[in-house]
Amino acid sequence: MSGLRILVPVKRVIDYAVKPRVNKAQTAVETAGVKHSMNPFDELSIEESVRIREKKSHPLGVHEIIAFTAGPPKSADILRTAMAMGADRSIHVETKEGDEIEPLGVAKLLSAVVKKEKIDLVVLGKQSIDDDAGQTGQMLAGLLGWPQATQASKVGFEGEKGVLVEKEVDGGIETVKSKLPMIITADLRLNEPRYASLPNIMKAKKKKIEKISAADLGVDVGRRLKTLKVIEPPPRQGGGKVDDVDGMIAKLKELGAI
Amino acid sequence: MASRSRVSLALRKTRISPASTSKLCRPLIQARYQSTATTEDTEGIAKGTTGTSKTIKFTSETYPSIKRNSKFPQITEEHVKYFKQLLGAESAVIDGVTKDATDDLEPFNGDWMRKYRGHTKLVLKPGSTEEVSKVLKYCNDNMLAVVPQGGNSGLVGGSVPVFDEIVINMSRMNQIRSFDEISGTLVVDAGVILEVADGYLGERGHIFPLDLGAKGSCHIGGNVATNAGGLRLLRYGSLHGSVLGIEAVLPDGTIVDDLSKLRKNNTGYDLKQLFIGAEGTIGIITGISVLCPQRSSAINVAFFGLESYEKVQLAFKEAKGQLSEILSAFELMDSHSQDLVHNVTKNKRPLEREHPFYCLIETSGSNSEHDNEKLEKFLEYVMENDIVSDGVVAQDSTQVRSLWGWREGIPECLGHWGGVYKYDLSIPIAELYDLVNETRDKITAAGLLGDTPDDPVVGVVGYGHMGDSNLHLNIATRRYDKSVEKVLEPFVYEWIAKRSGSISAEHGLGLAKKNYIGYSRSQTMIGLMKQIKNLYDPNGIMNPYKYI
Repeated sequence: MSGLRILVPVKRVIDYAVKPRVNKAQTAVETAGVKHSMNPFDELSIEESVRIREKKSHPLGVHEIIAFTAGPPKSADILRTAMAMGADRSIHVETKEGDEIEPLGVAKLLSAVVKKEKIDLVVLGKQSIDDDAGQTGQMLAGLLGWPQATQASKVGFEGEKGVLVEKEVDGGIETVKSKLPMIITADLRLNEPRYASLPNIMKAKKKKIEKISAADLGVDVGRRLKTLKVIEPPPRQGGGKVDDVDGMIAKLKELGAI
Repeated sequence: MASRSRVSLALRKTRISPASTSKLCRPLIQARYQSTATTEDTEGIAKGTTGTSKTIKFTSETYPSIKRNSKFPQITEEHVKYFKQLLGAESAVIDGVTKDATDDLEPFNGDWMRKYRGHTKLVLKPGSTEEVSKVLKYCNDNMLAVVPQGGNSGLVGGSVPVFDEIVINMSRMNQIRSFDEISGTLVVDAGVILEVADGYLGERGHIFPLDLGAKGSCHIGGNVATNAGGLRLLRYGSLHGSVLGIEAVLPDGTIVDDLSKLRKNNTGYDLKQLFIGAEGTIGIITGISVLCPQRSSAINVAFFGLESYEKVQLAFKEAKGQLSEILSAFELMDSHSQDLVHNVTKNKRPLEREHPFYCLIETSGSNSEHDNEKLEKFLEYVMENDIVSDGVVAQDSTQVRSLWGWREGIPECLGHWGGVYKYDLSIPIAELYDLVNETRDKITAAGLLGDTPDDPVVGVVGYGHMGDSNLHLNIATRRYDKSVEKVLEPFVYEWIAKRSGSISAEHGLGLAKKNYIGYSRSQTMIGLMKQIKNLYDPNGIMNPYKYI
């Protein structure tokens, strides 16, 4: 092994500050004209990978950090962000706008990329905030037969092979120890992602995004699940205002409360 | 989507206010569009100390030179009886004349900065323009002084009584009267809360042309009466332009119905302009029609570090030229202000190295691809030409908020040590920052600035709305100290007068700046203003002891 080869899958999702709305046909969440950003958990994974490199926490250093996404053409924006934060190059499996690949499909794509790029470590967000499945990392570990440490709040290395991962559990911290190659999924307190600086944004423009198709990787990403209907939760019943105490008492009587 | 919001909440907790954030300062990253009323509005008070005492000192004790005008009679039971009959509903009159209602009256007597406190015994809440008219006519006939009051979030003590003036609170007039989606004209009662109106407009794809920190409590009527400036001024201009019409009541009960919905109306004197920024001294605004622009769907924020004030001006010039119509904010912050914010919040700085000046640029437009392209070109230009030394661009809304936090958190963090001397000034842009340097030099030369508990001054900082040539000069202090005051005044006012600047850019005069108007206006101008005051309010019952 000559330096770690790290794969960081990222996903373009509706910005977490935006309130999602269901489309008129009630088939999905409205995405047209809505602000999108990188899934916040994926920002953590990129940041952690870059820190492993910068802090030289692995004795052999980091050879390469590859960002990966499967999504519509606009997903290239978040690959640029990932590269502005420190990823070296990117792989983009392009899908049609509105086609969402299920976690198993994504895990199969990742598994193929891992083999193709001889990856030693995959750092994923523990879930994406749009469908909240939280399955991809685990499925990938299953497909590859690799060990996994989920919901990481701290990552460290022990020699060339050993990996120590801390995870926050009820009432304390659980530390797990495993060996490379492995899968780590990032939780909120893993780190505080950096801002993309201007010089790095410009450098990122020159970094390479390789476009490949699912077929190139020999993976069938067909859907196995069918969405029947998407509806919003019932709106909260608003309260009423009364002018004075008498009004309030009358209202309470009307409602049978007194 | 429930879990989405849970994730969001968790994100907010961990990423935005790390555990180390001092409890004394609320999380720095207050969402720009949230309503907690202490961002923009804490700026600009002449001698505001962040209120920590339980009770507010009476204004009449703080300013012993102001004497109650004996032409105003004491309020009697008979007066109260009239108002109760007129306004009907029990909740429309808070009566401290015939009974003890001290606790109920307290919120109307004191301002939110806990700096001014009056002695009123009577609060009236009229529910319609006709009621306002009848109340004012009765007060005028009986020589009863009044204070019009909106959300009471003003910064110069204009919205609370000094003595026993009757408070006319507009909160019951809170209906949105109409909105035309084609023209964007909104007509509202004066007592509508700014955030309510903005939310109503948001659902209809529009935006209120004014935004400020106190939006959750301030009334639109009050905003217009004080000609509030705020965050969107660079883009949408002042209320003198966006307000299309006003309905107001004069002291004699005359209803001035100028609630025009027209953009163009060149027929005679534009009298509504008199009420904008009059601070309730010639009448009470009861209704407003205002032109509301389309809400922008694409918002970008960049944060720069620059090595000199000359470069800041260059960056501003380039931003105007290259971003032109999508530029919606250009805010300046000096390193001293950012050091103090960092000192209080311990948040991670956006830039790796430190710089003498920082700028925050916001763009808003309708097409994010178009905006991104423009912004990227601009960023490349200012980097390659060494106008900015370093910079970051927000990649998502969370980062937008945290970058804004470094600007909006300043007023709050400055109050961390005790008191803040605040000046809200308009200065020609080329000399904008000179005042901060000169003030700092003077304070340093006087031996007042230092890190030990014995030094009264913690820091002299400058920040503000660069786009509007509006500087906030703030002196963060450990305690209220006469020796600091002596260095500052009248030095600051004289400095401003020499450059034909304004001693109150966006916060008005009220009680706090009343005596300093002479530094910004000539005797002739003040004389003309007094003529207008006497014409509309010959008895002088409207908001006495303040303004001019």
